[in-house]
Amino acid sequence: MNISYRNMKKIKHQSRILACWTLAIIFFFPIFWMVLTSFKTELQAISIPPLFIFEPTFENFSIVQERSDYFKYATNSLITSFGATIFALIIAVPSAYSMAFFPGKYTKDILLWMLSTKMLPAVGVLMPIYLLADAAGLLDTKTVLIIIFAMMNLPIIMWLLFSYFKEIPSEILEASRMDGCSTFDELRHIVLPLSWGGVASAGLLSIVLCWNEAFWAINLTAGDAGTLTALIASYSSPEGLFWAKLSAASTLACAPIIVFGWFCQKQLVQGLTFGAVK
Amino acid sequence: MKKNIKILAGSAILAVASSAAVQAGELTVATVNNGHMITMQSLTGHFEKDNPGIKVNWVTLDEGTLRQRVTTDIATKGGQFDVMTIGMYEAPMWGAKGWLHSLEFGSSYDVDDLLPAMRNGLSANGNLYAAPFYGESSMIMYRKDLLDAAGMSMPDNPTWGHVQDAAAAMTDKANGVYGICLRGKPGWGDNMAFLTTMANSFGARWFDEEWKPQLDSPAWNHAVNFYVDLLTHYGPPGSSGNSFNEILALINEGKCGMWIDATIAASFVSDPSQSKVADVIAYAQSPVAVTHRGANWLWAWALAVPAGTQQSDDALKFVEWATSKEYINLVGEEKGWGSVPTGTRSSTYQNMKFLAAANFAEAEMKAILSADPSNSTQEPTPYQGVQFASIPEFQAIGTAVGQQMSAALAGTISVEDALAASQKAAEREMIKAGYY
Repeated sequence: MNISYRNMKKIKHQSRILACWTLAIIFFFPIFWMVLTSFKTELQAISIPPLFIFEPTFENFSIVQERSDYFKYATNSLITSFGATIFALIIAVPSAYSMAFFPGKYTKDILLWMLSTKMLPAVGVLMPIYLLADAAGLLDTKTVLIIIFAMMNLPIIMWLLFSYFKEIPSEILEASRMDGCSTFDELRHIVLPLSWGGVASAGLLSIVLCWNEAFWAINLTAGDAGTLTALIASYSSPEGLFWAKLSAASTLACAPIIVFGWFCQKQLVQGLTFGAVK
Repeated sequence: MKKNIKILAGSAILAVASSAAVQAGELTVATVNNGHMITMQSLTGHFEKDNPGIKVNWVTLDEGTLRQRVTTDIATKGGQFDVMTIGMYEAPMWGAKGWLHSLEFGSSYDVDDLLPAMRNGLSANGNLYAAPFYGESSMIMYRKDLLDAAGMSMPDNPTWGHVQDAAAAMTDKANGVYGICLRGKPGWGDNMAFLTTMANSFGARWFDEEWKPQLDSPAWNHAVNFYVDLLTHYGPPGSSGNSFNEILALINEGKCGMWIDATIAASFVSDPSQSKVADVIAYAQSPVAVTHRGANWLWAWALAVPAGTQQSDDALKFVEWATSKEYINLVGEEKGWGSVPTGTRSSTYQNMKFLAAANFAEAEMKAILSADPSNSTQEPTPYQGVQFASIPEFQAIGTAVGQQMSAALAGTISVEDALAASQKAAEREMIKAGYY
């Protein structure tokens, strides 16, 4: 059987679309299942075989709101995510600028070392950080989360900004210097406007990572500074059924960041794939 | 620019100062997300009303995280929590180390009403260090309809041989019904809690009088082989990943003929809103092989006041309220007598309203009263505890052994190899800790 070149191309194109849809469904399924389970009763949530069609209930959402102050946790998530991102950007922008335009002998090594700190398991430094936070009177405060989240995301933000800044032709900066620009003016009037998209996508990525952080949020907070990830963790039970209520708490916790990510997806994808096809 | 920096620095200092300030009259209680604890949270308003000026904040965590958090906090004297929910494993050890306040209550508390097993298990050197909030032992929960259909019955104190016969009779794999469901998920509080009670009844023990591990003994070998054989033939697929909640889901769906686990499960499997088989569940005592000693475990979730808290007086008031007879009555009146926290006080089992609401009450109390943490094995041991040995090293040893047992159940390693590896791991840990 002869398949023409045009048909072959069409089949290839459709196969790619099918593969993309399959992958998208696989990635989306856990979120779909979480949302679906949040509308089930506890008995329906553990039903074997699993139920796809059932009479939905909003009971789990009202239980979550009754038992936990959702808005307090959401506000904490908002403050810590944005606070840590701003704090990290304040440090990362000048550092990345200096490394991109005035590289030293060890710039590459420093960048690699910064990235290597991401490979350390967080639990390895739990005790020293806990003791430091305790000594500084910062346990169960948003301040400690802002500091930790910022430090945690700093290497990624640094790398993203460094890659963006490297794309700016150095001739533009030389010209501005000849016109009498100070370092601060150069950063403010030349570098930042030219790489605004990169700074925004690094910031967005940092917000998403901070929002989803659970380890430090659970370990360093108690009653006051808990974020939405701590709220989710509180619905796991060693003795008793909890899947439906846990799913409702997770849906409420994920909803804001999913909506946020949806609106910012263009910038996020741009930031994550920058420099990938050189 | 300078002005901006000053404002930023000022704000940061203010934020730190304000967030670090201890709120007088505010109690932070760390707990797990179990039904009885959730009920306690919902009734906290009564305590706050009776004690104006005290506000209770709750930190609810899953069991593993709670253990890690409270251990970190108490060891570093972090003072993040004013009241902690701890278990029978931690209370005597932490009490003896001086990490917990000794609990002394007024005469109206009636400390002698606490079940002796619970009181002793939460004490060290004669001092009570945690007040039991709810207690549990283990027992058999079985489908009477399936057993009747098989022409069998379940004695009140069955042997493991009888349990095996009953499991075989109830198994109907074609219809997805398995004769017996038991914990298989690795963990000192998961599969090893159950397996230790089973091994106890087969005549095994964790350590001899000189603290030498005994996992290579014939009794352990016999018990683990029996366990693996039982679940392989009559248990559900994937038993090596099953713990309390997974089996609860299976039994509530009518997939298990029998379950041996915490007595607290009785309140779930007998609740028609959760279980499809609520009306056909019956109860019996944990099975016995060669000895009844240690055949059923003893555990309590208890409330303790850490030594690091700044508000010990208010914290004591809260613990006294939450573990009192009055609190049990309050739950009974407000939430129903089937929901009261059990396993802590003799008076609960004399309350006719509770006895009428809970068909498992008699079996539960019998199980709790028969468990003795100081005499839980056939041969003498230097440790306290039924399903655990009350030493700091046990968590690591129990979890390492649990992983081997789970692997044996999954069939990736033989029982003999699993026990040999367990013995080696336990010996290494005990020598490292300087026991011998």
